[in-house]
Amino acid sequence: MRAFVALLRKELRSYFGSPLVYVVAAVFLAYTGYYFHTDLVYFVTFGFGVAIMENLWQLVFLDIRLVLMLAVPLLTMRLLAEERRLGTLELLLTYPMRDGVVVAAKLGACLLVLAGLLASTLVYPLWLHGVQAFPLAPVAAGYVGLLLLGAACASYGLFVSACTDSQVLAAFLTAMPLLLLWLLSWNEAASASGSLAVVRAVSMFNHFQPFTVGVIDARDVFYFVFLAGAFVWATLRVLEARQWRGRR
Amino acid sequence: MDDVSFTVGRGEVAALLGPNGSGKSTLMRCLIGFFSPTRGRVRVAGLDVGDDPVEARRRLGYLPEQVTLYPDLPVRRYLEFVAGAKGLGRGSRRSAVEDVIGRCGLESVTGKLNGKLSKGFRQRVGLAQALLGDPPVLVLDEPTVGLDPVQTLELRALLRALRGRTVLLSTHILSEASALCTRIVILSRGRLVVEDTPEGLGRRLEGMSRLVVRVDGPLPEVAAALRALPGVARVDVEPAEDGSGQVLVVRAVDPVPVQRVLATTVVGRGWTLLEVRASAPALEDLFVRAVGR
Repeated sequence: MRAFVALLRKELRSYFGSPLVYVVAAVFLAYTGYYFHTDLVYFVTFGFGVAIMENLWQLVFLDIRLVLMLAVPLLTMRLLAEERRLGTLELLLTYPMRDGVVVAAKLGACLLVLAGLLASTLVYPLWLHGVQAFPLAPVAAGYVGLLLLGAACASYGLFVSACTDSQVLAAFLTAMPLLLLWLLSWNEAASASGSLAVVRAVSMFNHFQPFTVGVIDARDVFYFVFLAGAFVWATLRVLEARQWRGRR
Repeated sequence: MDDVSFTVGRGEVAALLGPNGSGKSTLMRCLIGFFSPTRGRVRVAGLDVGDDPVEARRRLGYLPEQVTLYPDLPVRRYLEFVAGAKGLGRGSRRSAVEDVIGRCGLESVTGKLNGKLSKGFRQRVGLAQALLGDPPVLVLDEPTVGLDPVQTLELRALLRALRGRTVLLSTHILSEASALCTRIVILSRGRLVVEDTPEGLGRRLEGMSRLVVRVDGPLPEVAAALRALPGVARVDVEPAEDGSGQVLVVRAVDPVPVQRVLATTVVGRGWTLLEVRASAPALEDLFVRAVGR
């Protein structure tokens, strides 16, 4: 536990000690703010009235999702790739703790940063609620969905970062499949009817969609937790592979 | 690595010797559990590294061959992080960090970034992180490599001050091994070739003497002529430091008659004999024989 806390603090310090996290946060807030503004204008212009969840927040959450997908690779790329490049991983893995502690602390720090980014967007619903009251619980469900989606993407990013010592490559290989998953479900019309069911079942965004209208389904929660767990497991196997591959 | 087996007793300082690529670093990485051996066992302070890596590592301090520190952390903060990562509590962490800072002479650089340190200080910070948590066993991979002579002497003094701990250090500098260690293990091509005390190794060398010869003449012919002399076991060419003449090392069982014929031969061939010096048998001789070079 002490080792976990020490590592978590070091990870957070190295996040906030580099300009990257501030740039990512600024861009994240600028984009989400812009999307909130345009979605709100759309909502007000067409006068959807009481159906605020479907006609405003769903759009906002789907837009935040896209910005989140661009932010995650930038936050995960250095986690293990940098330690590999510097060679500090060898020393770190000789301290009296399990590899899992290293992985947990790194993922934990990344999730805290992601949660911080998402928390800063709470300003939009809270401000709007002050102007005109609406049920907040479904909006909270949307945030739960964003956190779960972020956790799954981050643990995938951590896994990629464990596989290479190049941060650029790690970011690229994290972003590409995420984009592909998005495109797959976005362009549903192009899929053959047989493959459509499969695409829907595996697509992260089809599992994310219910959250955006305020529905938390146990199957969707399980899907994201399973995905995050699977990539943590894969990351541990990559770290273990040093033992038989003989690489730093 | 194949068929390497040895024991370092409690409080012993052992040297792992061998040419580059002989498997020293690989062996050390097996000891600290970074690599696991395909066959065989490693025990540290009675604990099997494969079965209980966390507890075994708690008893181990490790200095890797290339000391890699987080470049953007200042020295004190880095050591505090390592103390935390090694599981030291908040209270003991501070005093442990102060202790290793004092012991390794890091007082003047505690606020400096790791990335800005000189090689000598980097090595000391590496040693300091190994000492955190007060492990009874230290594994030091080439602790003095790349240091200038003053830094090397300082680091050796530091290592000497670690008495009481069990230390395994690797080096390819034989004088370092004989100066610091109570036991010497020589590896070659992944195999253990010699394991002995420095005195025991000295005894093995009895009966073999070295003559250092400096001659002004064509090198291949001089070497060939010396090799042909009766009683000469081996002739090696060494680089001359100041460029005047060629330096050759002649090894012989009985140096006195060799010395006589050597002088007459060199002068008789019209070359200039600049120096003949008998030197005590050195570990190098044994090392050269042991690794078959």
